[in-house]
Amino acid sequence: MGVDVSPLNPISVALVGNPNVGKTTLFNRLTGLNQRIANFPGVTVERKSGTLAGAPHVEVIDLPGTYSLAPKSLDERIAYEVLVGRRDKAPDLAVCVVDAGNLERNLYVASQVMDIGVPVIVALNMIDAAEENGLIIDASVLEAELGVPVIPLVATRGEGVDKLKKQILDPPEPVQGYRWSLMDAVSAKVPELSRQLTAEVDEVQPGHIQMEVLRALAEDDALDVWRGSAPEFVRRTEELRKEFAERGVAWRHAEVSGRYAWIGPITHKAVRREKEATTISDRIDAVLTHSIFGPLFFLVILIGVFQAVFSWATPAMDLIETGISAFAGTVQSVLPPSWATDLLADGVITGVGNVVVFLPQILLLFFFLGLMEDTGYMARSAFIMDRIMKRVGLSGGSVLPLLSSYACAIPGIMAARTLDNERDRLITIMVAPLMSCSARLPVYTLFIAAFIPAGTLMGVFGTQGLAMFSMYMMGTVMAFVAAAILKRFVFTKGAESYFVMELPPYRRPRARQLLLRMIQRSKVFAVRAGKIILACSIILWFLASYPAVDTDSLRTQIEMQAAEQRESVYAEAEMLLPAPETILPALDDSLEVGDPVMAQIQSMMQQAEYNYTAAMDSAQLLQQSAQIRGSAIGYIGRILEPVMQPLGFDWKISAGLVSAFAAREVIISTLGIIYSVADAEEGVALRDALKADRYPDGRPVFTPLVAVSLLVFFVFALQCMSTLAIARRETNTWRWPLVMWLYMTILAYTASLLVYQGGQLLGLS
Amino acid sequence: MTLQDLRPGESGRILEFEPNAVTDRLMEMGMLPGSVVQVVRLAPLGDPMDLKVRGYHLSIRKAEAAQIRISKCEA
Repeated sequence: MGVDVSPLNPISVALVGNPNVGKTTLFNRLTGLNQRIANFPGVTVERKSGTLAGAPHVEVIDLPGTYSLAPKSLDERIAYEVLVGRRDKAPDLAVCVVDAGNLERNLYVASQVMDIGVPVIVALNMIDAAEENGLIIDASVLEAELGVPVIPLVATRGEGVDKLKKQILDPPEPVQGYRWSLMDAVSAKVPELSRQLTAEVDEVQPGHIQMEVLRALAEDDALDVWRGSAPEFVRRTEELRKEFAERGVAWRHAEVSGRYAWIGPITHKAVRREKEATTISDRIDAVLTHSIFGPLFFLVILIGVFQAVFSWATPAMDLIETGISAFAGTVQSVLPPSWATDLLADGVITGVGNVVVFLPQILLLFFFLGLMEDTGYMARSAFIMDRIMKRVGLSGGSVLPLLSSYACAIPGIMAARTLDNERDRLITIMVAPLMSCSARLPVYTLFIAAFIPAGTLMGVFGTQGLAMFSMYMMGTVMAFVAAAILKRFVFTKGAESYFVMELPPYRRPRARQLLLRMIQRSKVFAVRAGKIILACSIILWFLASYPAVDTDSLRTQIEMQAAEQRESVYAEAEMLLPAPETILPALDDSLEVGDPVMAQIQSMMQQAEYNYTAAMDSAQLLQQSAQIRGSAIGYIGRILEPVMQPLGFDWKISAGLVSAFAAREVIISTLGIIYSVADAEEGVALRDALKADRYPDGRPVFTPLVAVSLLVFFVFALQCMSTLAIARRETNTWRWPLVMWLYMTILAYTASLLVYQGGQLLGLS
Repeated sequence: MTLQDLRPGESGRILEFEPNAVTDRLMEMGMLPGSVVQVVRLAPLGDPMDLKVRGYHLSIRKAEAAQIRISKCEA
């Protein structure tokens, strides 16, 4: 029976296909902007779904790209499980998106999807690019041979999309039986194994039994799945493998060979090769993966992207900062003064502002990463870098996750899902937070601007820029070292890392596509990080405001002290008067020329007035800072001070570090509150306050050495709850996030200790 | 000889694989006994290799190529 697509019966359509075949472009074309990004239950693999434009009862799901339904990576496993209905309700219809320029390999997964028993439509995408390379495809031949509808498309231009929509609303009958044939020796044994598996377990749908049997026969991992629930099936399968091996039957690639034996002739019939052309892509590759130009170009791209991200984002960030602090100020002045107003202005608005301010950088970084992916250059960077990554036990596949981590470790850790080697994936996740993310940037900026003297080295490189660069280098190098150590001592089990990566043809990026994805990814980041930072900002505000310290008496005390001091100076001045009956001159009286005593008195009084005004001004600031000192956070800071002293950090920095555990950039607002600088985000005022701070004995709290020690701490420390949360979800255990936090904290402490103590030994300050 | 022994520009016909998870994946990607594979180029640092198989480019390490026995195709 066919699928009922009347508006009364909601159906779901899954888009499935290899990576890099324009699946997401097609998805966007089909759904317009009616999209929803969520997660599949239990994992953070994105579940992108939307409703078909003009047919809101049809849900379209964009599955992660997969080369096969015998899953190797997490992404692929999800695609498989959705299709067979283990994640969600099984889709009512599958649209296999295939690259017309690479038909044979693309039809492999399509042939697997056809075995599931759902209606299948083949979307033959990128026919324009195939034609440019001299490949003419006869869709009607393909349709006849495959036995399912084939719709030629150019998804980037929207060509053929309407036809596909019509076909979705008028779906074909479900595919019955297998179109390809298994070698006789193996197919003779399949019914027996199927019976055995059905006898032992009942969770597999009848239509999927043969698929599961073949998978278990061919792959050890797939067989292991049944070891607990179907021991007899496993024993029988292992016996058969032995039997096949003795008879010289190639059981291991029986399924793969059978499928390609079916696909090969079909492609032959349907595809006509007009010319054996060296494609444009080949010619680009001759340059971009050239032994000298290749690495050079990669380096230029990398530097260019960072330059762009940091310099282009600045004006927008400044604008946002100004806007937010103005808004907070307005709220404070408009609403009646109360704790709620303070919470709203200092906690909520400033807290959200802390996230929003990074959006320009995150957007730009996602833009460039998207550009590298869409053009196909990302695969080349992995190709170029693999040899280096191999030295530390990773593969070129880790390049993208690690590069993304420069923006933020969260998308970086999520990008590790594409790695099909579990060991590589875990190591990549563990070292990703060492890549300096954009949240560290404001901290770097503040302390470098305040304590690293501006100047140039060798006349070219600015010292401050160089300092910034070395922060990034330090983290990157340490990520490699940590990867090597983790591989050698922690993740000792599991398959060796390998590298099997398609180098897709270079493609012209599409602006619409690029912008859409940039916005979607940034949104996911902002919402996820925003929630946590908002919560932390509110908690922090409470920690900093309570327990309330009776600062009023302190203020009165300061004011009284200031008044007393002024009185005593006045009294002293009176003593200097030549005759007792003379009255103290009024301050603004013009001075009689040539009277040194009167001049002295005048200056004493001016000084006294000045001191008094300054004391009254600082009373309010002191009041706030006394509040912080007496608050919960100040208390924590003072408890930590003895531990942090060897690194050169006083209680204020320690309190800042505690608050920075929520998110790194929060340290700036915390220091801002502690130093009672009205506008911490502005930076300049805070910078001056930091420089001016003194210990009771007169030593400066912040010296360049302390600043460097603090910077080093920030390079290595894992101060980000969101990262821990995402690592928990991606590794499915608290163990690895905990190990991650411990090793990075120990690393940060040790490194800062070495910097500070070593620096003091060398006589630096 | 193995696939690792081919120089850029040379092609070979696959004879057999060492069975493991990597070669399972390579077979799914279309590298089967009987398939013809061309080595297009090596990465700048000499490894991995850029192969052409079934009309598309696939990159694998020399260590993986060493697990694939081939017979060289004469040009």
